[in-house]
Amino acid sequence: MSNAPVDHGRRRFLTIATSVVGGVGAIGAAVPFIASWNPSEKAKQAGAAVTADISKLEDGQLIRVEWRGKPVWIVKRTPAMLETLTNFDDKLRDPASEDPQQPDYAKNTHRSKKPEIFVAVGICTHLGCSPTYIMKDFEAQVEGMPSGFFCPCHGSTYDMAGRVFSGVPAPKNLMIPPYMFVDDTTILIGEDEGTA
Amino acid sequence: MFKNFMSWIEYRMPFMEKMNLHVMQYPAPKNFNFWYFFGSLAMLVLVNQILTGIWLTMNFVPSAEGAFASVEYIMRDVEYGWLLRYMHSTGASAFFVVVYLHMLRGMMYGSYQKPRELLWIFGMLIFLVLMAEAFMGYLLPWGQMSFWGAQVIISIFGVIPVIGDDLTLWIRGDYVISGATLNRFFALHVIALPLVLVVLVFLHIIALHEVGSNNPDGIDVKRENNGEKIENNVSDKFTFHQYFTKGGKKIIVDAIPFHPYYTVKDIVGVVGFLFIFCFVIFFAPEGGGYFLEPPNFEPANPMKTPDHIAPVWYFTPFYAILRAVPDQLFGAIFMFLAILFLALLPWLDRCPVRSVRYRSTLHKANLVNFCISFVALGVLGVLPATPFYTLLAQIFSFTYFAYFGLLWFYSKNEKTKPLPVRLS
Repeated sequence: MSNAPVDHGRRRFLTIATSVVGGVGAIGAAVPFIASWNPSEKAKQAGAAVTADISKLEDGQLIRVEWRGKPVWIVKRTPAMLETLTNFDDKLRDPASEDPQQPDYAKNTHRSKKPEIFVAVGICTHLGCSPTYIMKDFEAQVEGMPSGFFCPCHGSTYDMAGRVFSGVPAPKNLMIPPYMFVDDTTILIGEDEGTA
Repeated sequence: MFKNFMSWIEYRMPFMEKMNLHVMQYPAPKNFNFWYFFGSLAMLVLVNQILTGIWLTMNFVPSAEGAFASVEYIMRDVEYGWLLRYMHSTGASAFFVVVYLHMLRGMMYGSYQKPRELLWIFGMLIFLVLMAEAFMGYLLPWGQMSFWGAQVIISIFGVIPVIGDDLTLWIRGDYVISGATLNRFFALHVIALPLVLVVLVFLHIIALHEVGSNNPDGIDVKRENNGEKIENNVSDKFTFHQYFTKGGKKIIVDAIPFHPYYTVKDIVGVVGFLFIFCFVIFFAPEGGGYFLEPPNFEPANPMKTPDHIAPVWYFTPFYAILRAVPDQLFGAIFMFLAILFLALLPWLDRCPVRSVRYRSTLHKANLVNFCISFVALGVLGVLPATPFYTLLAQIFSFTYFAYFGLLWFYSKNEKTKPLPVRLS
């Protein structure tokens, strides 16, 4: 051991340099721990697109398809239902679908590719419950509205294009997933012409 | 023989020394009332949760396919499985009952005030971890309410701007709550959070023993020793660890050793607690649908939301605040603030007098206001969100936050009663 005087500058430099290098190492070591929480390859596979057959869909009927574990609704809207989409703009939070809750091809009054076929993710934009489809008697929720969607969790209401009414907890319209018609009676959900 | 053994130990590890410091020669104020049961009861429930929890993991299958069935298996086929599970599920609710009463005690007697701020902060951290622990545990039976309750709570993170969606995806590990979520929640529930909880409880007690227990009168039992003789001081009869007297610099007034006086007294609390606890376990283990909610007797179904989703009762006061705010992001912020303000109490309360006994009528009324608001929000959080209930929830959210605002405002120049010199 030498009795040379302590070089404080050198000691400080070494302390800081060691801390920085050690800190970088710690961050690096944290990566696998944090990244392992991301969806696994298997989960990503399971998130692939699904097809739905709509040849047997009747007027006013709703069918559910599972895509990425979420319920996707396909509703065949009647002409009467389509009519209700134009008369209640003042009661809707986002009647023109300004929020990017849908692909561009669904940014219209009926929020769909074909006016009568409505495709939407059946999950309330408030806190992720699945709203109930009320074909008749929706007037109990919204005056003058014969049908719509009602979320049983916190009472959010949506019209037949999945547009949210104002004054309810849900902030946004229902999400429209990307989809495309493979033929007249088959829909591919999760992919569209843009991504396929 | 035993004595030799003990001194052999003592030479190598200060066992009796630490026992004296923290138990046998620890000075506790002589005037603890029943409100002081809840700290030791919380420890009892923690032990109950850890013990029954370990036994439950022996038969529980943490997977989306197996979880629900394995809970049924525990309930029906494992010997005494039903008892272990009911002890654990009732224990969860009991934990929050005693912790809420323990916190109320602290608020009544100003136990968070200087120098007990850090003690209070550790307590709030325990409360936070406990909420996370309870939330993750509730997903494990994989029933309908497990699934949809978790869906709602994880979605709260989704309201954070920009990173929200990726964050919820990262928490779930899937596009929806799935087996991946269940497995990680299981790991956190049985290993990570209990470890954190035990460490925090240890720190909570170390911090408590450093500053000493508060008491219903809110005056100190450790005073500067200026040589003055103190009449009728019960503490004269006992030996306290020199750590507390600082070699005669401090004098201990009106305090008694924790053991045997409060160990025995706490046993009375334990008996009373177990009486109620066992009644619930054996006669009402579902707690009327509040401890175990009816939809949870159906396996999780991502395609079908139960008609009415309500979190377990101990979350409902904060949940009611979340729902009362029309805006999603602000709802989440206010819910967070509801807890943060509690943690900030040591700095919001600027009154030099601790105990509610010697504080102004205004403060007493305000504390009653807090209790009513908290309970009312708890009730409203269970009920469906009709416009009328939402309005009520907004009013009580306001009065809840008003407690803190008013407290900060009036406590600086509060008209208090004179403090007693000695404990009553």
